[in-house]
Amino acid sequence: MMTTLIEVEQLTKSYGSGDNRQLVLNGIDLEVKEGEFVAILGPSGSGKSTLMNILGCLDGYSSGRYRFGNKDVTGLSETELSLFRNERIGFIFQQFNLLPRLSARENVELPLIYQRSSKAERQERTRQMLVRVGLGDKMDHRPNQLSGGQQQRVAIARALVTNPSLLLADEPTGALDQTNGRQIMALFHELHAEGKTIIMITHDIDIAKEATRIVHVRDGKIEKEERVR
Amino acid sequence: MIRENIRMAWLTVISHKMRSFLTILGIVIGTASIIALMTIISGVTDSINDEVATFGADRMTVQIRGDGESGVSIADMERLEAIDGVASLSPTLSQTADVYVTGQTGQQTVLGKSESFFKDDSTVATGRGLTPLDVGQKTHVALLGETIAKEAFPTSSPLGEEIVIGGIRYKVVGTLAPSSEFSMSTDEAVVIPVTTAMTQFHQASIATFDLYTDPGASGAVQDDVTRQLTTAFNGRDAFTVTSFEDALASIDQINALLGMLLVGIASISLFVGGIGIMNMMLVSVTERTSEIGLRKALGATPGKIRQQFLFESVLLSMLGGLIGVLIGGLLAFGFTFVMGVPFALAGSTVGLALGFSVVIGIVFGYIPARKASNLQPIEALRNV
Repeated sequence: MMTTLIEVEQLTKSYGSGDNRQLVLNGIDLEVKEGEFVAILGPSGSGKSTLMNILGCLDGYSSGRYRFGNKDVTGLSETELSLFRNERIGFIFQQFNLLPRLSARENVELPLIYQRSSKAERQERTRQMLVRVGLGDKMDHRPNQLSGGQQQRVAIARALVTNPSLLLADEPTGALDQTNGRQIMALFHELHAEGKTIIMITHDIDIAKEATRIVHVRDGKIEKEERVR
Repeated sequence: MIRENIRMAWLTVISHKMRSFLTILGIVIGTASIIALMTIISGVTDSINDEVATFGADRMTVQIRGDGESGVSIADMERLEAIDGVASLSPTLSQTADVYVTGQTGQQTVLGKSESFFKDDSTVATGRGLTPLDVGQKTHVALLGETIAKEAFPTSSPLGEEIVIGGIRYKVVGTLAPSSEFSMSTDEAVVIPVTTAMTQFHQASIATFDLYTDPGASGAVQDDVTRQLTTAFNGRDAFTVTSFEDALASIDQINALLGMLLVGIASISLFVGGIGIMNMMLVSVTERTSEIGLRKALGATPGKIRQQFLFESVLLSMLGGLIGVLIGGLLAFGFTFVMGVPFALAGSTVGLALGFSVVIGIVFGYIPARKASNLQPIEALRNV
């Protein structure tokens, strides 16, 4: 039996107050075990992005409970949450979100700079990760010198460089063509095979089917869960 | 972390060269004016102090007001010379007379002086100065002022030549060195023994004399001299005693006031420059909302974000300070060169200017930096 990484109970999130109160998440229960590859599938406005932000400790929630690796993240200060994200979560965004003025190497190094690791260690880990995603020969390129697929690989290397417990990907193939999208998904499968826990948010059922489990979200609730493989 | 912060700040600054330059212009102007003005003022002050130091700060001038009748007699002067702390006393009797030199007669200033005037060797350019013997024996010897000597004897030496003052022959025994800016000019005068002059011009007393005091004694001596003269004039307020210390003190006071005024004006321009930096940093924070969000998602704590933006504003203001020091130094060098006063860019002035610009960077960078650090990562990432 694999250990539980994420445990969400009766999670709600609302914006506004009084008559303008809008319930975005309405009682989410979710458990993700270590080594799982979970897709959270839903149309836009379903609340899946809000759920991802909460799972990624980027946003707070209104009620319920969220435990990450046996740690209750409720009540952590902003500074503590920053350090928590740095150590435990690797983010992959639809628009890659690389810093344009920095080289691929420097972009990947960024999360390590917010840790107390030595320069030599940082450089070694950065190099390893860029080689791992197949960009060993493009380390000093700027984002605008790289294709979309290559930029997303840099972003994945950046997400992996701190060796986080969870990879959180938001529409990772959304800005890519089919060929590049397939390559990125292949990389996800490799990472999954290596034992990484991955949560992927998408609106695309075909992409969602790449995961081992699909969680359907609609109107702020989990509609159904299905095991794909 | 600090290295990365500096590097990031530098990248941001040079990626907007024109904007960064305009932002720091206020600091550049403020710093440059502080450096230039402080250096020029200190150069002028130094030059005055140097002049006084070589000429002697231990000097005071006594002037008797009114007609020549109410001067000080030789006997009075001897009593003043006996005061404790008085090193010597140098009388001056000034008259205008017809002076005949090398075939030409003209109205010239004739100064009666004693040997005390020549106690400093640098007073005499060529020949000899007056001696106690000249004064005691009322000899008919003369020294020519620099201008007269050059005009009357452009090629030859005037030593040993004869001149005629008011119908009486005098033998030229020397010429005077150019006079200092801080004493009455002797360049266009003829100097003869004071006793000879008193006899020739029928003067029984002296209206002006300089007193040289022992080092540091000028304050006490000034009091004693004033008391003695008050007695001599039966309490009449008929004289003024001006010491160089008084003059120096008032020059210092004017300089300090001027310095404060200028630094005040420059501070206002630095303040305006600081506001320019704050404005630019606020724009920068807004423009880089998504970068801030990303950094926070990747693990940057609010403190680290604040640090990054503070580094950027300090880098900007320091760059402005450095450029300002360079420009101000060059300006000061040019001005002091033209004015002929010593140029010395004090390390403390540079340090003060740079320190001040760093403080401005921190003070005016704080609000934008806090704004950046308070951005919620979720808000920030939404703007991508």
